[in-house]
Amino acid sequence: MGIINVQHLRKAFGNHEVLKDIDFSIDKGEVVCIIGSSGSGKSTLLRCLNLLEIPTSGTVYFTDEVIGGSQKKINEYRSKVGMVFQSFNLFNNMTVLENCMSGSRKVLKRSKEESRVISIKYLKKVGMAPYINAKPSQLSGGQKQRVAIARALTMEPEVLLFDEPTSALDPEMVGEVLNVIKELAKEGLTMIIVTHEMAFARDVSTKTIFMDQGVIAESNEPEKLFTNPKNPRTQAFLSRFING
Amino acid sequence: MEKNIVEWIIFLLQEYGIYFWKGTLITLETSILGTILGLIVGFLLGIIQSTPIYPEDSMAKRVYYKMLKGISNAFVHIFRGTPMMVQAMVLYYGLKQYGVNITPFSAAVLVIMLNTGAYMAETVRGGIISIDNGQFEGGKALGMPHFTIMFCVVLPQAFRNIIPEMGNLFITNIKMTSVLNVIGFAELYFATKTAANTYYRYFEAFLITGAIYFILCTIFTKLLSVLEKKMEGKKDYELATEYLAD
Repeated sequence: MGIINVQHLRKAFGNHEVLKDIDFSIDKGEVVCIIGSSGSGKSTLLRCLNLLEIPTSGTVYFTDEVIGGSQKKINEYRSKVGMVFQSFNLFNNMTVLENCMSGSRKVLKRSKEESRVISIKYLKKVGMAPYINAKPSQLSGGQKQRVAIARALTMEPEVLLFDEPTSALDPEMVGEVLNVIKELAKEGLTMIIVTHEMAFARDVSTKTIFMDQGVIAESNEPEKLFTNPKNPRTQAFLSRFING
Repeated sequence: MEKNIVEWIIFLLQEYGIYFWKGTLITLETSILGTILGLIVGFLLGIIQSTPIYPEDSMAKRVYYKMLKGISNAFVHIFRGTPMMVQAMVLYYGLKQYGVNITPFSAAVLVIMLNTGAYMAETVRGGIISIDNGQFEGGKALGMPHFTIMFCVVLPQAFRNIIPEMGNLFITNIKMTSVLNVIGFAELYFATKTAANTYYRYFEAFLITGAIYFILCTIFTKLLSVLEKKMEGKKDYELATEYLAD
């Protein structure tokens, strides 16, 4: 069993079934990229993994334990599985440093001093340490996203989920964020990344999942999936990327 | 020789200055105390009403929250739906009839508190739902419980957004204390009536009172806008130069 195991996951909004019987498993240290067109269910799948959406049916296991139950258990689980959002979701009323310290202080109950040291360590890693006194509204998109990554890292999560981390960014800011994620991949952090950046997905992932209309259409090592897709739908989706 | 308006005003101020002054103080005391207590009630109710009930919560917890929400809803409906003057009559004379005696001052503060609470509850709820859901999700993703997110992230942001409405309520309360003269509460309006009746000089007496209310409201409007500016925070920030080399 891997660190995260998804079995028969379904999610419906009303009578619209967004996820249809999803099964997959990822091991510790793996970097999984989920690609697919908009509306294919990638983001919903990721949100189900963090219980920001409650699955309609099916089970998610985290290190052999079923996730869910009381709010307390859900929060404990979320503290081990970090999430980085497309829209950053930094706390607007806090400085960069306070943002990073918040989870460490309020959830992990670390001391103020320890939280500060850990926060600065990860802010240095993403190159944002000089900005500890800035408020989110004073930063560029790329900077905000790097702070959001640092904030997630201060929780020292076992798995980090990325929901289209570069989709809201200017083209010239995409690189700085992707470089940070690549660095994390090298260090062996387990990550699941929903992305539209094909070259990045090919380079960084150990496994690539292609989703289409609420199902996993194809899942393979990136070299195989990108150069020799088996499923005609994957071929159609990737044709622009491969030929272009 | 007949006095002109200005002379009457000066005369009334000389004769009844102490009444006007005492009335003003009582009006201020009541409205400040009532508003502050009311804001606390309003925040409590607003927070209760925007607390989510999850299907995975225990039965007892769900029932408890549903009850709290029901009570707070009923409270808001009742106190927004009836005139303050009527509430004052019920609370003061009505209770007296059943042997419960409270001073006009307590009744006045209570009525203002309950009214402000009812209006504030909706304002606070509105302030909370105006905050981007991403702020909640950012907190949830870190594993923060609902109330941690509420108090550390959402309310500080919502608070700033509802300062203008708090100002509205406060100023309304300063003026609304005047209706509380129905319970024999000797606030500014009551004091003015006494002065006016004695010499039959309504125009001059109420001109003075109008001016006092106007000045009070102006002062508080200015104070609140200072608070609002303060809450905006600094526009600039200092780079932490010790980390620039890394």
